[in-house]
Amino acid sequence: MNKLKVLVPVKRVLDYQLKPVLNSAKSGIETTGFKFSINPFDDIAIEEALNLQSSLPKGSVTTHAVSIDSNGHCRDILKNCLAKGIQDVTWINTQDTPALEPLAIAKILKQFVTEGDYNMVLLGKQAIDDDSNHTGQMLAGLLNWPQLTNASKVEVSKEKLDMVTVTSETDQAADQVLNAPLPCVITADLRLNTPRYVSLPKLMKVKRKPIKELTLNKNFPDIDVSQRLNIVSLNEPELKKPGIVVGSVDELITKLKESKLI
Amino acid sequence: MINLISQVKLCVIKNPILVSKSFQRLCYSTIKLTSDNYPQVKRNTQFKKLTSDDLEYFQSILSPQELIVAKDRDDLNFYNTDWTHKYKGQSNIVIKPKSVEKISLIMNYCNKERIAVVPQGGNTDLVGGSVPIFDELILSLSNLNKIRSFDELTGILKCDAGAILEEVDNYLKDNGHLFPLDLGAKGSCQIGGCVATNAGGQRLIRYGSLHGNVLGLEVVLPDGTIMDSMHSLRKDNTGYDLKQLFIGSEGTIGIITGISILTPTNPKATNVSFLAVNDFKDIETVFKKAKSDLNEIMSAFEFMDMKSMKLTKKHLGEVDGTMSFPLENDYPFYILIETSGSNKDHDDAKLEKFLEDVMGDGTVVDGTMAQDVSEIEHLWKWREMIPESCQSEGAVYKYDVSLPLSQLYSLVELTNAKVKKDGLLYDAETNPEGQVIGAVGYGHIGDGNLHLNVATKEYNKTIEKCLEPYVYEAVSDLKGSISAEHGIGFQKKKYLHYSKSPVEIKLMKDIKNHFDPHGVLNPYKYV
Repeated sequence: MNKLKVLVPVKRVLDYQLKPVLNSAKSGIETTGFKFSINPFDDIAIEEALNLQSSLPKGSVTTHAVSIDSNGHCRDILKNCLAKGIQDVTWINTQDTPALEPLAIAKILKQFVTEGDYNMVLLGKQAIDDDSNHTGQMLAGLLNWPQLTNASKVEVSKEKLDMVTVTSETDQAADQVLNAPLPCVITADLRLNTPRYVSLPKLMKVKRKPIKELTLNKNFPDIDVSQRLNIVSLNEPELKKPGIVVGSVDELITKLKESKLI
Repeated sequence: MINLISQVKLCVIKNPILVSKSFQRLCYSTIKLTSDNYPQVKRNTQFKKLTSDDLEYFQSILSPQELIVAKDRDDLNFYNTDWTHKYKGQSNIVIKPKSVEKISLIMNYCNKERIAVVPQGGNTDLVGGSVPIFDELILSLSNLNKIRSFDELTGILKCDAGAILEEVDNYLKDNGHLFPLDLGAKGSCQIGGCVATNAGGQRLIRYGSLHGNVLGLEVVLPDGTIMDSMHSLRKDNTGYDLKQLFIGSEGTIGIITGISILTPTNPKATNVSFLAVNDFKDIETVFKKAKSDLNEIMSAFEFMDMKSMKLTKKHLGEVDGTMSFPLENDYPFYILIETSGSNKDHDDAKLEKFLEDVMGDGTVVDGTMAQDVSEIEHLWKWREMIPESCQSEGAVYKYDVSLPLSQLYSLVELTNAKVKKDGLLYDAETNPEGQVIGAVGYGHIGDGNLHLNVATKEYNKTIEKCLEPYVYEAVSDLKGSISAEHGIGFQKKKYLHYSKSPVEIKLMKDIKNHFDPHGVLNPYKYV
């Protein structure tokens, strides 16, 4: 029988409930004192990997999470992944390289996937910090694998573990159902599942576990991570004008007329 | 009606889970009138029944948006019925003045004409204090809802009484502060009502009671006089501290219209953990350790028992299937600990060490920690949704008591035993006719405050006789207070003597008579 080797790349981002604030140099967002969490779509991808692990025959699925950053803060979220039941985690240390673009991330992941012989990459459809929605698709392109994006349901053929069926919501009313053979790339949408809580006893157990570390220079020396895009400026979005409450229908009509809306 | 609809909408948007279900379930017609339920309470014949002259007077000072007159018996159900669906008055008029001056004029008139008035905030009261018993005029503060000023340097906020707690809290958060009070009803309850009832809530352990935080009040007295003491002074040692009298006076000696309050800075880092223990004794152990190890960053320490979580699981499952229970198994007791501080790394390190210790020595047997802000909210929901869940089976008898910590849970056990002894406890096999689902306990460990909720299929006299005065006697025997934070209202008036001495009750009556000699403000309640 085939084995399913699942890789889940995860990213640590500013908590989605918080309002980002530009730093004083206007070069990025303020990070000190703000809560950072796993990208919610990646959390959903982790949950789906765990679901596959528990629903498919025992021993046929392996799960691995990987995160890429320059300071190792991502190790927190990797430990949570371990506590939730992901079997192995790796941190790829980019050291002093400036923030990487999706293409560079996809290239690193491609090498990681090839070397690790994974046959399924399951990741969030986008990271909520830059909202690029590129990495999954670029990775599939570089690997020349089928891509099943915006998944709201994932099914793997139980007998042979060789086919994947993914349902994704479309802007039209109908759901789209796609079939693909393994290996493939799947990106997770919001409604795929509800992530579980981390169990504290399990978190305590994995806390002291060292996390495997790879470095960009040593392990990925041939990858071109140079920046292709130039950020010209970062600005706060314009403030929305607050709404007003009207007391009667007549007042509503008067206001609408004043604003030349009717 | 326009106002009613907008209020409902507001709640639904603010807190979809909290409100939607209860509004779906609203079935006012089945709620008995308080006057029928409690025939021993008689309408005071000194009070005038409203006439068309009175209405004309109200119309002369109020705009159409400030006055709702019932055309149909059920028009004012929203204002006549309390949150627990236990009490229902028969008022035909709701007035919602937009200014303090108008409230003053109305009170002056009502006092002269002997028209009884019940002041009403968000109507989330749990002891029948904010709804009329008979035909008292309902004076709603909801149109008086502006934030008057905020000083970022001192953290002093001045606002109208009708401002909604959650909106004020959000406003303060945008300005780096927070309201020193937080409770489950925040989406509907009003600041004035919170002060008038001296509400407690989850943040009390950290920021203290309103008696300490309120710096000044603006109050309309029963004769219409406006007492303006909206100070912004932390220290003012000049004579009797009058504002304290109004905090917790439940609208019996004056109508609070404005509040000046000291607000703390908003801690940047918040952590919430949800823990399980096997024994109530273990809660004490964890609390003791949390007090010393988490010390200044601890901002809430709540406990819940297994039954309360089971009811909540069932209720939340019906409302929102995506809310999964934080832990895999069931345990006898759960603890929710919140920490808030200014430095996340510092807090994380403290909390981690604390959790390692309590899990290491086996006191805490299972648990989880919120990984992001929405998990923080979800974990809180398991605590905040208990009241509504207890009611979802039909009805709930609520007791909010203070007890010595070591005795806290024994009251729940005693109550369950009493209900069982009286043959009222439901059991699918042995007693399918039983009307009582069970007594559950939860509350604020830090304040020694237990919420004893007895979930039942309906309100009836047999259950009430089984529970009252039994529960109050038990509390009194255990040296507790029969009302920790919910106040007295209508429900606990006759049981006041379990917590207050005859001398104290006499003084309370004197104070009431001094401010309100004709007794027009919130009659039939309190003292």
